[in-house]
Amino acid sequence: MERFEYASPVSRKEAVGLLAETWGETEILAGGTDVLSRMKDYVSTPKRLVSLKRIKDLKGVHYAPGHGLRIGSMATLREIKVNTYVQRYYPALVDTANLIRSQQLHSMGTIGGSLLQRPRCWYYRLGYGLLAQYEGKSLPPEGDNRYHAILGNSGPAYFTSPSTFAPILIALEARVELLGPSGSRTIPLEKLFTTPTKTGEREHTLHPNEIVTEILVPPAGGIRSAVHEIRQKEGLDWALTAAAVALHMKDNTVRSARVVLGQVAPVPWDSQEAAHALVGKTLSEQVAEAAGKAAVSEATPLSMNGYKVQLTRVAVKRAVLQAAKGGA
Amino acid sequence: MASCKYAWPPVGHRGLIGQSISRIDGPAKSSGRAKYTYDVKLPGMLYGACLRSAYAHAKITAVDTSAAAKMPGVKGIRVIQGVGKEIQWAGDEIVEVAATTEQAAQDAVRAIKVEYQQLPFFVNEANLQKDQAASRTKPASELKVGDPDKAFAEDGVVIHEGHYGVPVITHCCLEAHGHATEWTGPKNLRTHSSTQGVSALPMQFAEALNIPSANVEVICQYMGGGFGSKFQMDRWGQYTALLAKDTGKPVKYLLERAAEQEVAGCRPSGFARVKVAARKDGTLTAWESECWGTGGPGPSGILPIPYVLDIPNRIRRHTFVSTNIGPSRAWRAPNHPQSCLLTMAPLDDLAAKLNMDPLELLMKNAHLAPENLGKVYREELQKAAELAEWSKLWHPRGEKTSGHLKRGLGVSFHTWGGRGHVSNCLFSIEPDGSVVAELGSQDLGTGTRTVIAVVAADTLGLPVGAVTVKIGDSRYPYDGPSGGSTTVGGVSASTRRAAVDARDSLFAAVAPALGVPADQLVAVGGTIQAKNDPTKRLSWKQACAKLGGRKIQTTGKNPGECMLGSSGVGGVTAADVSVDVETGLVRINRMVAVQDCGLIIDMKTAKSQCYGALIMGIGYSLFEEKIMDNITGRMLNPNMEFYKLCSLPDIGELVVHMMTGPGYDERGVIGLGEPPVISPGAAISNAVANAIGVRVPTLPITPEKVLAALAKGGVA
Ligand SMILES: Cc1cc2nc3c(=O)[nH]c(=O)nc-3n(C[C@H](O)[C@H](O)[C@H](O)COP(=O)(O)OP(=O)(O)OC[C@H]3O[C@@H](n4cnc5c(N)ncnc54)[C@H](O)[C@@H]3O)c2cc1C
Repeated sequence: MERFEYASPVSRKEAVGLLAETWGETEILAGGTDVLSRMKDYVSTPKRLVSLKRIKDLKGVHYAPGHGLRIGSMATLREIKVNTYVQRYYPALVDTANLIRSQQLHSMGTIGGSLLQRPRCWYYRLGYGLLAQYEGKSLPPEGDNRYHAILGNSGPAYFTSPSTFAPILIALEARVELLGPSGSRTIPLEKLFTTPTKTGEREHTLHPNEIVTEILVPPAGGIRSAVHEIRQKEGLDWALTAAAVALHMKDNTVRSARVVLGQVAPVPWDSQEAAHALVGKTLSEQVAEAAGKAAVSEATPLSMNGYKVQLTRVAVKRAVLQAAKGGA
Repeated sequence: MASCKYAWPPVGHRGLIGQSISRIDGPAKSSGRAKYTYDVKLPGMLYGACLRSAYAHAKITAVDTSAAAKMPGVKGIRVIQGVGKEIQWAGDEIVEVAATTEQAAQDAVRAIKVEYQQLPFFVNEANLQKDQAASRTKPASELKVGDPDKAFAEDGVVIHEGHYGVPVITHCCLEAHGHATEWTGPKNLRTHSSTQGVSALPMQFAEALNIPSANVEVICQYMGGGFGSKFQMDRWGQYTALLAKDTGKPVKYLLERAAEQEVAGCRPSGFARVKVAARKDGTLTAWESECWGTGGPGPSGILPIPYVLDIPNRIRRHTFVSTNIGPSRAWRAPNHPQSCLLTMAPLDDLAAKLNMDPLELLMKNAHLAPENLGKVYREELQKAAELAEWSKLWHPRGEKTSGHLKRGLGVSFHTWGGRGHVSNCLFSIEPDGSVVAELGSQDLGTGTRTVIAVVAADTLGLPVGAVTVKIGDSRYPYDGPSGGSTTVGGVSASTRRAAVDARDSLFAAVAPALGVPADQLVAVGGTIQAKNDPTKRLSWKQACAKLGGRKIQTTGKNPGECMLGSSGVGGVTAADVSVDVETGLVRINRMVAVQDCGLIIDMKTAKSQCYGALIMGIGYSLFEEKIMDNITGRMLNPNMEFYKLCSLPDIGELVVHMMTGPGYDERGVIGLGEPPVISPGAAISNAVANAIGVRVPTLPITPEKVLAALAKGGVA
């Protein structure tokens, strides 16, 4: 990796003060499971690395009835998974953590890092930039795009949003609190993600000198939620596609629904079509199937990733059926 | 014959041979005390790093190392391929540097400026028409036996035609290739090398460095995987030694993971269009195949198909395809896994067309295998069928039950030689009772050290821990490289001969004291005693004390007197899989390996070989592929994130059965490294076809390919 300065602030404010105003100058270190490997591969070359590890009030998972869950951005995946309130009220988050088959990631990976990790597009990781440009042209459409986006892929971004946690948290209507030099702001989690349109832009709306401080998940009473990922391997592997659903039920009828897809678009993909197919319906195999179909109705697969359309259809169907069975 | 003094002890007279004995170096490995090449740290040692070509095919037009040379910590720079050199694959070595830290070496590499003239490249060979259009093909000679045209035209034969393939995969050694090298004199080199051949490497270094090979010492005590890819010093080894010379310091350079994947491992691909015919009763009559594959820039081996079965009328054509993907290296049973799939998958498809159980088809045609293999195959097929619960679980193609999970069974068989290589064992019994075996062999992790100890201990009637095995150093007597399953046969035979001679010398030395003729003595249970009168005995220590301060030293050789090993094994693999027809995911329920390898020295390490082979086999069947990019010419998965290997939850239940007893034991020791890894690809492919009712033509069997196959037919 390139030489860098290491800063280890003890307060949120101090951390923000150490961050540069433009991307690339500084990077944040949480658990390090993503950023360090990028630095070793020269994909990220910050001049300063700002560790959040010593900031005590970024840790912890708290629950308050009526308010819901407050997860410090530095909470590890294990802390989330073993929390009694999470287990009782948000079982889908436990399932989500368990999809990541690595004790090391559970121990080191943080929720902040999970949401803000960078894409795994192999062109990006081999040094061709986030938009994967080579000799003036975009690599994924003509190159090997077997793992690339099937939705929201009109270009120039073809990578997929990698976070296993983002879809379910969005489905649960989570909000994130951000802190910058001029104070804090809270936005719906889906607004943290964006599709870059030109070189230099990132897939997050976070400003370079902001940090994520907390993730706020509203009370989940009356919600049935579930996640379903399709991974080629049973062991640690990236999902080929993922679906998270949260259903607000009234008696046996879906009052409102959110279906959010992972690994299929440059952002976590909030599928209005799938949600629409569920609202007002009584859950059944057919309804779940219809939601799956709807989720991919607008899919525009590239030359090699048509199979992901089918996988996504199935992931949505299975997530809906799982939610129908379990949940509150 | 039976009276040959070196002969392996018969059943009932074996102390340790054939038992399940844990590796003697297990504790050192599991505690971390075992030092691998990567762990070597020499005083004042520098670290190497390489600048590698970013292009798959290019001419070097300029190399500027001046900035790098001035960087702090940089002690040496060597241009490996300079101006004018034509690079044939991305990742090829251009400049190697040595610096005080790994980081300094990498910084220096990034400061080197190289200019290239890019040339057209070709990195994906799966489509023969495209290969031909790119003028990348070179036909090999054609092989014809009998009259295939006539046989195909025979009345009433059933013909199957299909396309199959196995892509290029990498070796993916967990311990990368590399060396830690120091000069111990102006013309004396000592190198710690991760190698499959400690006795062979000195000659390579000597030639490259122009020093006497007797002055080169190669050390490899522990090794983290080679699979056929670590027989060479390699260019980076040569330059690591040159940089050590330039700087007067030891230099260590082990490849980074990306380089390991890009340049240090590559199993040639094999694709084929196959036509095969049988009579209605399943008798195979004719075969025709058009085969192609790549091993990088040069030609790879011709795939011997039809594999194992000498179908009476057959013709095969093979075409080499040259690509810019990096040179191929031997991969565990060179040419066999590919040939096996390219044969056993079409036969399985033919069986389906004949409405025949594929197991029955193989049974019926097993006699087409050379020599005595047909009989072995029939025995092994039977055993495999039993262990896989074939009669209960097998069904005709395409599981008809509802639900999205379809279960299927598949089977395949294979063969390998495995005759013991040249081996020399220097064997000592010390007056204090110590026993030492020294061989210039190496333990790749297969259990070579343990096998030597077992043979020695069994011969001397001692516990396995009483034997000190010294290997992994070229100062020990010359031994063959560990490749082609030749090691166990070599080292066990040389050790046996040496140990028997040493034991007989000891008998002679103690005979007077016991008052028993030497030829009436036996070594059992830690004693030397009279064969017919166990009261006449000396403990091992007492016996050795009679040596009068002189140690016994013998040498055993292989080849040598008495038949202690042979060649040619069978082996059957059965696979039991479940396929999710909605997602295309394949899960392994169970793998069964039934394997013969003559006389088994250590049942535990033998079975371990088979377990490991099954895991490796599942990996290349379902996950592994060297993915090359048509636009950049680079490998897209030079990491272990997208170069996928099995992890524990992916392997299902593994069942291993070793064939032993009459018919097997008397063949002596035969190697086992390669054979069990050959069939899993075909067995799994056949199991998937059995589950879903349609063939997924190429490995790895990914969700994408399963769905594509199902779109054309099968149960979906
Ligand atoms: C082999 C492997 C497999 C993986 N599999 C999965 C998987 O299946 N699913 C999945 O979701 N992830 C996976 N990951 C990715 C990732 O490492 C984990 O999700 C982890 O949770 C990231 O957390 P971290 O704390 O280690 O992140 P870090 O590496 O510390 O940070 C990641 C990024 O987030 C930014 N960041 C972190 N915290 C904050 C904050 N509070 N405010 C602002 N920016 C912040 C950092 O600057 C950095 O750019 C995998 C990683 C590896 C190496």
